Amino acid sequence: MSIRHGLLALLERGPRYGYQLRAEFETATGATWPLNVGQVYTTLARLERDELVAPAGEADVEGRITYRITDPGRAELARWFRSPVTRQDAPRDELAIKLALAVTTPGVDVVAVVQTQRSATMTTLQELTRLRTRADDGAGDLAWSLVLDALVFRAEAEMRWLDHCETRVARAAAARVDEPAAAPVPAPGAKAVRR
Amino acid sequence: MSEPLLVLRDVHRSHVQGSTTVHALRGVDLTVGPGELVAVMGPSGSGKSTLLHVAGGLDTPTSGEVLVEGRDLAVLSAGAAAAVRRRSVGYVFQDLNLLPSLTAAENVALPRELDGVRGRPARAEARAALAEVGVAELADRFPDEMSGGQQQRVAIARALVGPRRLLLADEPTGALDSATGEEVLRVLRARCDAGAAAVLVTHEARHAGWADRVVFLRDGTVIDSSGPVAGAESLLPSGGGR
Repeated sequence: MSIRHGLLALLERGPRYGYQLRAEFETATGATWPLNVGQVYTTLARLERDELVAPAGEADVEGRITYRITDPGRAELARWFRSPVTRQDAPRDELAIKLALAVTTPGVDVVAVVQTQRSATMTTLQELTRLRTRADDGAGDLAWSLVLDALVFRAEAEMRWLDHCETRVARAAAARVDEPAAAPVPAPGAKAVRR
Repeated sequence: MSEPLLVLRDVHRSHVQGSTTVHALRGVDLTVGPGELVAVMGPSGSGKSTLLHVAGGLDTPTSGEVLVEGRDLAVLSAGAAAAVRRRSVGYVFQDLNLLPSLTAAENVALPRELDGVRGRPARAEARAALAEVGVAELADRFPDEMSGGQQQRVAIARALVGPRRLLLADEPTGALDSATGEEVLRVLRARCDAGAAAVLVTHEARHAGWADRVVFLRDGTVIDSSGPVAGAESLLPSGGGR
């Protein structure tokens, strides 16, 4: 997803100026996607260049320009909602690549790499669960609550995947008869080191 | 932190299986205070259930200390240890928690009656405990008239009835669907927020997410722990006392 589509979706609710867009974007996505107002204005400028938004009038007394969505902007928004999101999950991919490299790099304690990640992901999951409880107890902002759910599911999936990796690594190690027994797990939080 | 409800100090537990000795626990340290929900995770055979059994006095450590509300179970007589176990600790298992021939209120009142509390006050305590887990209206139902999630709530009420403040739970959500499991965890969390302490053995990361601290067990040793409040602790070397 791009900030572009996020802003288009917010403008579909009605004309808004930059600061409002930033505030509403953060309300919808919680703290998960902090935006600075500069990013908002840069994106608005590009959207205006592509004629997907247009100024809704003159600047107000405080110099703020209100933007509105255009018909091509609406079409683009509709297209976005119709299209599936392609997986370009950078952090997750980085983890997969890191694990793949850990397995194939001599001297790396894969179990420690997995555990370091597991502990970090679990902490994230604990924090998300707290936020979700607070969201459920509060006014019940559905949008924010659903974003949190998505993050919870992702963290949970990552934990399962880490378990899976560990099991497979253990099996592979057991299959290699000439390998020495797995080293004891080092101090928690330790980075994987080359021996 | 106020006085811990549970302290495990350098706890070892080994048992002989045929010609080999199995070291189920090797030097586990764990402290759980009032208000804390601690989850224990680890692969099967890592010692999770043994940890829970030792913590609740259902099993005795080969060496090390187990203190429940400050009292060392190992130095007490068998009878005194049993009394501590019964009056201070409640258990919730995956299933078969409730006696099928008793109503919810009778099930919850039972441990108090065993404590010597008379029927009527015990029943009143049971109803209060049921209300605390949000199932006051189930008091007169029998277990087979309740859903799995409702039964687990009643089991939590029974575990924490009267003065009991330490709850030990072994996969309490194992037999439940995901949404019902969440509800049970929500109740557990609420009871801890109200001052109880719980140790939860689970393999579900989602449920461990409700804990203040998640302890990772492997080969009978705590290798790591996670949690927003335990950041510094997780940097301690394993086996280091707290």
